[in-house]
Amino acid sequence: MNVLEFSAMIGLGSLLAGFLGALTGLGGGVVVVPMLALLFHVDIRYAIGASLVSVIATSSGAAAAYVREGYSNIRIGMFLETATTAGALAGAAIALYVVSSNVIAIVFGVVLLYSAYLSSHHRVEHGAHLPSSKLAARLRLSGSYPGPDGKLSYNVTGVPAGYGLMFVAGVLSGLLGIGSGAVKVLAMDQAMKIPFKVSTTTSNFMIGVTAAASAGLYLHRGYIAPGLAMPVMLGVLAGSLIGARVLVKARVKVLRYLFAAVIVVLGFEMVYKGMTGRI
Amino acid sequence: MSAQSWNDQRIEVIIGALLRTGVMLAATVVLFGAVVYLARHGSEVPNYTVFHGEPENLKSASSIVHGALGMSGRAIIQLGLLLLIATPVARVLFSAIAFAIERDYMYVFITLVVLAILLYSLFGASG
Repeated sequence: MNVLEFSAMIGLGSLLAGFLGALTGLGGGVVVVPMLALLFHVDIRYAIGASLVSVIATSSGAAAAYVREGYSNIRIGMFLETATTAGALAGAAIALYVVSSNVIAIVFGVVLLYSAYLSSHHRVEHGAHLPSSKLAARLRLSGSYPGPDGKLSYNVTGVPAGYGLMFVAGVLSGLLGIGSGAVKVLAMDQAMKIPFKVSTTTSNFMIGVTAAASAGLYLHRGYIAPGLAMPVMLGVLAGSLIGARVLVKARVKVLRYLFAAVIVVLGFEMVYKGMTGRI
Repeated sequence: MSAQSWNDQRIEVIIGALLRTGVMLAATVVLFGAVVYLARHGSEVPNYTVFHGEPENLKSASSIVHGALGMSGRAIIQLGLLLLIATPVARVLFSAIAFAIERDYMYVFITLVVLAILLYSLFGASG
């Protein structure tokens, strides 16, 4: 296989990953690294570097569409980004200086399995009329978003727990080269009781900044290989843009289960390969 | 509608445009670099199985720009990726200015903390 064929195949795979990721809301990043590592036998840190770049591209591309609708909350986003970026630096440092490829693969597999579990689980919307906690009020985190009949306002609580979870999301992002959208949404839904529309779009908004924090470190260490990152970035970006267009018409439910099943298989394979030291 | 939420809304619209422009610009540069790279190296054999680190000239901003001006395909791709990484950084910088215009100094501070972490990652943590 020469460079041209290699680039074409990875570009196609990334296109599919980005497409399914956008359609199912799980993000393409989660399958890019296993695809590169398991199918193309790419060193996992190269794979993570390329994936981080594609995560920035899809996050920024999608955020541009979301912000116009007025769902995301830039204060919540910016405040929590202090946790995710610090976590991302720590995660990248762990991946680059501390742990072996096998450990990264095992953690990756576990996170994949957890994401699949989360996606099959129904989220429960919380009461919109909780009072703000003291800390949330001081940080002015409450806001409003456009609903079917006028503006819906919401309050925020559980700031310390949410902040802690966001740090963990950042570590996972830097360690694995993923957006960790699942953990971010968990922190905002479960801990901080932020409405879905706001938590999903704000999370997407934050992913790019979080990934940029670790991408710098990967670049300096020589783990962002242009020949590899190029087809991944272009493929995932194109796929996610197409996916966002199709989203409105498609019957997503079946695809969602299918994609979750793929993630489960990849998750077990990553854990297995990591444990047997073959990654 | 309060003045604050109106301003927030407007800031978000500008941020949205900034992000879209950054991504499209980066993708265009990467695509151009890809053409140059594949035309020259398309028939070589790729090897990413064993990590060997990218050469020095693809790791720092100044040498990437230098290489891109010399029409090295890989350096042009890397320049596009650098632009992509810079897009969220520009977003954070713009947010800091916007919060300062709103006189929301607590959020100016919070935003500058995020910016400091990003700049440390991009420029400080070399080697």
